[in-house]
Parts: sequence; structure tokens; C-alpha cells
Amino acid sequence: MREITYLEAVREAMSQEMRINEDVFIMGEDIGVYGGAFGVTRGMIEEFGPERVRITPISEAAIAGASVGAAMTGMRPIMELQFSDFITIAMDQLVNQAAKNRYMFGGKGKVPMVVRTPSGSGTGAAAQHTQSLEAWVAHVPGLKVVQPSTAYDAKGLLKAAMDDDNPVVFYEHKLLYKASGEVPEEQYSIPLGVADVKREGTDVTIVATAIMVHKALEAAAELEKEGISVEVIDPRTLVPLDTETIIKSVKKTGKCIVVHEAVKFGGFGGEIASIIAESEAFDYLDAPIRRLGALWIPMPYHPEMEKAAIPQVPDIIQAVKDTVAFR
Amino acid sequence: MTVAWKLPEMVTEEKLIELYHQMWVIRFFDEKVDEFFAKGMIHGTTHLCVGQEATAAGVGALLTKEDKITGTHRGHGQCIAKGAEASRMMAELFGRATGYCKGKGGSMHIADLETGNLGANGIVGGGIPIAVGAALTSKMKNLGYVTVSYFGDGASNEGSFHEAVNMASIWNLPVIFFCENNQYGMSGPVKEMVNIENIADRAVGYGIPGVVVDGNNIFDVMLATEEAVNRAKRGEGPTLIEAKTYRYKGHSKSDGKKYRTREEEMDWRKNRDCIQFLEKALIEKGLITVEKARELEADAKKVIEDAVEFALNSPHPSMDTLEEDVYA
Repeated sequence: MREITYLEAVREAMSQEMRINEDVFIMGEDIGVYGGAFGVTRGMIEEFGPERVRITPISEAAIAGASVGAAMTGMRPIMELQFSDFITIAMDQLVNQAAKNRYMFGGKGKVPMVVRTPSGSGTGAAAQHTQSLEAWVAHVPGLKVVQPSTAYDAKGLLKAAMDDDNPVVFYEHKLLYKASGEVPEEQYSIPLGVADVKREGTDVTIVATAIMVHKALEAAAELEKEGISVEVIDPRTLVPLDTETIIKSVKKTGKCIVVHEAVKFGGFGGEIASIIAESEAFDYLDAPIRRLGALWIPMPYHPEMEKAAIPQVPDIIQAVKDTVAFR
Repeated sequence: MTVAWKLPEMVTEEKLIELYHQMWVIRFFDEKVDEFFAKGMIHGTTHLCVGQEATAAGVGALLTKEDKITGTHRGHGQCIAKGAEASRMMAELFGRATGYCKGKGGSMHIADLETGNLGANGIVGGGIPIAVGAALTSKMKNLGYVTVSYFGDGASNEGSFHEAVNMASIWNLPVIFFCENNQYGMSGPVKEMVNIENIADRAVGYGIPGVVVDGNNIFDVMLATEEAVNRAKRGEGPTLIEAKTYRYKGHSKSDGKKYRTREEEMDWRKNRDCIQFLEKALIEKGLITVEKARELEADAKKVIEDAVEFALNSPHPSMDTLEEDVYA
């Protein structure tokens, strides 16, 4: 099968859908000839024109609000938020409007929109351009939250997000944009709410999201050399969350580590750990569930400090060893 | 206030009498709600538009069923003028299953998508960008409808207002930004919260027309709205209309109104009441008699009494619906 990058997979998913569905369009800052801050929409304005690849002013609240209004009246907008940190400015529209309309209107109407936005650190962009705030939106009933870790998942999950009749926040990890993988040329959909076992194992379960999936896989390869068999699960979507796959794995291994790039305290890892603790998997646990996440600091600029702020492969390896050794 | 006796093309003299009736319906609706809150029969909170009936009725008169609105937290009049039934609105306030939101929204979230009402809003300025999105759909799908976004003087200080008006202007969207300036954002007097005479002046900064009207003169409201609707339908973009009006009641049910005088309130009630103004105009023109006016007023009262009866006779929602409709 041919290989394309994660970035190309996102673009291809949008372009293929826009060719067959007139209601789908994209709006955001600098997404025209500039191609968006990371080049995801490069070439799209040439194919679809400025009506459907709509460059906006730097107005995140209006971009989000106009997406809500367009979605409520029959369009299926994709909005690109240049950096996921800027969701702070769009938050009223996403949290108070998009997420709640259908429920508070008594089940009337729908808001089929996708918020595509790059998140994560590793670019040296410091505290206001590197956050992983997915737990914020995952906390809001009415929103769906997607975090693809591979090119294949990105294309299939974005198709599902565009087909969904609800507001979906779709987090793209900046450092994964250049990662290549096998991706079918035709359209396909990966249902939201289905986790993927990225590596099978028997000793420890690692539940990891976004770029941490790759770090967990690297750690697993190292640990295999020492005879420790690690299972790596990527939930792929936080909302809806495939609790069944996670619980089943923990029942098998009896040990679990949750890894995400977001700040550990109050992060989504706490939710995953709690779900396991409340489930029938509790009786199978042979060690405490461990969580790895970013330190309780804003993201620093210095490259070494930036790396030290979030979990790295050696941290995961150490956590697995500690967990395996627990008595 | 003086009467121009110029009516928009789509408003007949007969329609004008209907609007007079509708203004009474809006007033009695909110006065009834006020009474039930005082008695503790409705819970939550509510924001009443008593005194502001001419803005909703005047704008609503120029809209078709296909046109859309986004409303405010003080939006009962806006809903009625866009075609909502008082009975189902009252049922919503009583939290009944027959209410517009099946008892899940209450006063601040009444929406009726079938009549183009995209929803009242509990967030000040929250509906303004949504109206821009609805207008974008109209333009992209070539549907020909216009969208009116109601908001208050207070909302004109929200970032969402400025972002949305600018966006609608650069894209030439068929949307009307209709500011009901009722002089106070909760307790904040508009004169202390903006440093300009008219909120409509803000239109200059976005390259669109800004119009000031007497919001208690339904003729002025209708004529300005007609021009804005026509402009939007011709593809010439948005208009900002500021209607100067006054809310007789407090901000919400717990407002002691310490920030303004009773004299000021009485002046608006006695000398500038929008219903009295239209009534006088209709009688002077010979379209109705005083007796007919009382008859229409009484009928409006009956509409609300019937609405209350409908609401009180409606079932509460089943608790089985508690977790329904979070997702489509």
C-alpha cells in the first residue's frame, strides 16, 4: 500500500469529502494560498475556491460561532483553529452553544461541525502554542473528542467526524504531521469510540494518546528485550471512549499505565484510571494504576526543559518496570 | 413621538392591527410570567421585555417564515413575533413536556427551528456569531433568507459582537444586527459603559450602515428593518440597527432597581409607551375605535390565559428523557 504523511491524510480526507458533499466547507485563518500555519490545507483553495476554503479574520469566537450557525442551518463546516491553545477564545461557542443546543432545545436541530486543531509540544513555541487541553472539551457533554496518532487513523477518523451530526473536536499532533504510514487511497471511516490495540502484550497495559502512542510503542520494543510484554492501547477518541477494550486488556495483564502529554493533574488519564478502578478489572489489578503526564508547569521554551516537561520513553520504561516489580 | 404613517410594503393596515394585538400578547405574556415568579409557581429565572414590545413586533413584521433570528435572554417577545405559540412557550417556563424545549431549556433557551428561531441565548452576545453562520448558509446555498440577530446594549461590548459584525461585513452576508438598547446592561447604564452617543455609530468601524431608531415607535422600527432586509436581500451586506427603548421591569426576578429612579421609569411608562403610541396612532387614523382597542387587548389577555391553562394541564416530562438528546 502507498504511504503518505499524517498531514496528507488529513488533507486527503477533507478534499475527498468536499468533492462529494457540497455542504462541507472549511474556514479558518490563513488557510488559503498560505495553506494554514502547518500547511494542511495547501492546494485546497486552488481546487475548491475561496467560497469553500474560506479565509477568516483572526476572530476565533466568530469562526466558531459562524460554524455553529452554519451547521444549525444545513452546512457541515470544518473550522481550522490555528493552534489548539486558541480554543480559549472560541470556548463560549463550543461549550455554551455547540455542545448544548440540541439538549437545551429539547432535541431539536443538530450541529454537525468539526473543529480541526493542532496541539502538543516539541516545536519550541512555548507556553501559549503547545498545550494539550483535550481534557477541557472531553468534560463537556455534547462534544466529541478525537486524537489520532497515525496517518491511517487520521484519515478514517476525520471521515467519521465529518459524517457525525455532532460537534467534534479533532486534535492533530504537530509532531506527527510528518509521520508516514500506509493509507488507502479510497475513503474509509473509523467509527468514533473504537480503541485500537497498537501492540499486543501480556504483562502490562499502556493506554496512551496521540504522540504518546509512539513513545509507548518505543518503550514496549525496548522492554521486550528484557522479557516484559507490553500491550499498547490507543483510545483514538476520548469521547466517546471505548472503555470495553481498555477494561478487557487490564483484566488480561493485571497492570496498567496511562500516558498522555497533557498536564497530569486533572488530565484525562485520571478519568481512564478511575474507569478501570470502578470496573470489574479492579479485582484483576496486581499493582496500582500509574499515570504519566506533563509536570505542573506552563510549557517552557528551552528545548531540554520542554522535553523534560512531558513523559519521554525512559520515563515510560521506568514506570513499566516499577509496576511489574510491584508487590 | 410622532407618527410618520408610512408603512413598509409588506405591512398592510390590517397587519398593523394584528401587530398591535401581538404587542399586547407579548406584554401580557411577560406580566403573567412576572406574576407566577412572584408567587413562586415558576422556578429558575427570567428576563422580561415589558416596555420593549415594539422592537420584536416591528422586526418580526418584516420577516418571513424562511428568515431566521437569534435571540437574547430577554427574548419572549422575539419568539412570539417570529411565530412561536404563547402556549408552548408558557409550557416551557412551567417545565412541561409540551414546551418548546420539553422542559429542558426554560426561559433563556426557547428555540423553534420550524419558524426560523435559532434560539434565545443565556450568554450575552452568544447568538451574534451564530446569526453570521446562518447568514453564511443562506449565501452559500443561495437560499435568499435573511437572519436577524437581536442583542442588547450590553452585548455590544462583547468581543463576539465585534468579531461577528466584521466577519459579516467582509463577506457581505445577509444579516441584520439589531440592538435593543434598553439603557441598562443589568445594572450598568449604557452611558457609563460606552463612550459614544449611539451604539449604531460602531457600524462605521466595520464599513456597514448604522441606523438609530426610536425603538418604541413601531413605524420607525419597521421602516429601518425593511431597508436593512432589502439591502441584505440585494446582496449588499449587513446593517446595524440600534433601537432606543426601555425595560419597565428589572433585569431579572431579583432586581431591586437601585441603579435608576422611579421617576425615570414613570416617564417612559407614561410618555413613551410603545403600545399606547400605536393605539393612539391607529385610533387617530380611524383604523380602530377605542372600543375595538379594548376588545383586542382583552383578546390578547385571553390568549395568555389560554396559554397558562394549556401549560398547567400539560404533563411534566418523563424522567426517562433526562439523558436524551445530548447527541444527535
